[in-house]
Amino acid sequence: MNYIVLSESTEYGGMMIRGLFSYEIFGQKVWITTTHVSLLIIVILILVLAFLANRKFKKAKAEDTPGVFQNILELGIEKLDAMVEGSMGANASRFRNYIGTIFVFIILCNLAGVLGLRSPTADYGVTLPLGLLSFLLIQINAFRHQKLHYFKSLAEPYAFLLPSNIIGEVSVPISLSLRLFGNVLSGTMILSLWYSMIPWFAKIPVSPFLHAYMDLFSGCIQTYVFSMLTMTYLSDKLDG
Amino acid sequence: MGNFTGQELIYACSAIGAGLAMIAGIGPGVGQGIAAGLAANAVGRNPGAKSAITSTMLLGQAVAETTGLYGLLVAILLMFVKPF
Repeated sequence: MNYIVLSESTEYGGMMIRGLFSYEIFGQKVWITTTHVSLLIIVILILVLAFLANRKFKKAKAEDTPGVFQNILELGIEKLDAMVEGSMGANASRFRNYIGTIFVFIILCNLAGVLGLRSPTADYGVTLPLGLLSFLLIQINAFRHQKLHYFKSLAEPYAFLLPSNIIGEVSVPISLSLRLFGNVLSGTMILSLWYSMIPWFAKIPVSPFLHAYMDLFSGCIQTYVFSMLTMTYLSDKLDG
Repeated sequence: MGNFTGQELIYACSAIGAGLAMIAGIGPGVGQGIAAGLAANAVGRNPGAKSAITSTMLLGQAVAETTGLYGLLVAILLMFVKPF
């Protein structure tokens, strides 16, 4: 059996997750892969951005003219807040932090393909925790909002529909994570197939358009869809 | 034609199965096309609601796409993970 997770060769270009080096811990072989490296770079990028933004906004005064950096940040945060506000209405203030955080994280992960990194979201080990986090958020908020009616709502409209309702709830994180994973993985695979197929002079005219579609367009759409679906499931539970 | 082993036959059948699994791409294609056509229709009737129509269309298309992606993942598993 040939695991997709760890191909030590560079046989398929950037298609596979590649193990960079391994170490033993408690008799278990653990790999540091390309996903870890990309994630580390993205996390450091977000941390530096957050640190600079925090310093900027602490120093900002009401009478100053805002600079370019502050304007861009304010524009982005206003757009994110408007997106959460538009789909959640009165509940928006409680969830705009979570939705904003996963939005920034996923969009940077999807756009990592443009920087030459392997997108971390093309690894099921990254998207499944994201899906599980959203699932936990949805279920805990549903329980806190509906109290004991939460259990009754699983057996509605008829008691014999209980198994199918439970399957419907459990399939939420699976479909959320597989949708993101499948879309980003297919883009990564098509690009690496293209790169491994042809000599270098033929790469130039087509691969920018492939990158623009697979990484920029598809990545942005999938980020929007992930946060939008999380918000839809949440407001479905909170309003119902 | 030389002799071939059972494992090679399994790989060949896996490749055919991966191709067959991608027939699942037909459904989402038709569904997304219908959704986009109806959204264009709606924008034509009511141009003021363009942003709301676009976000609803994208959400619906993303959900419709899921079954096609399951087919794609089955094909990828058959081709590259080689479970048999």
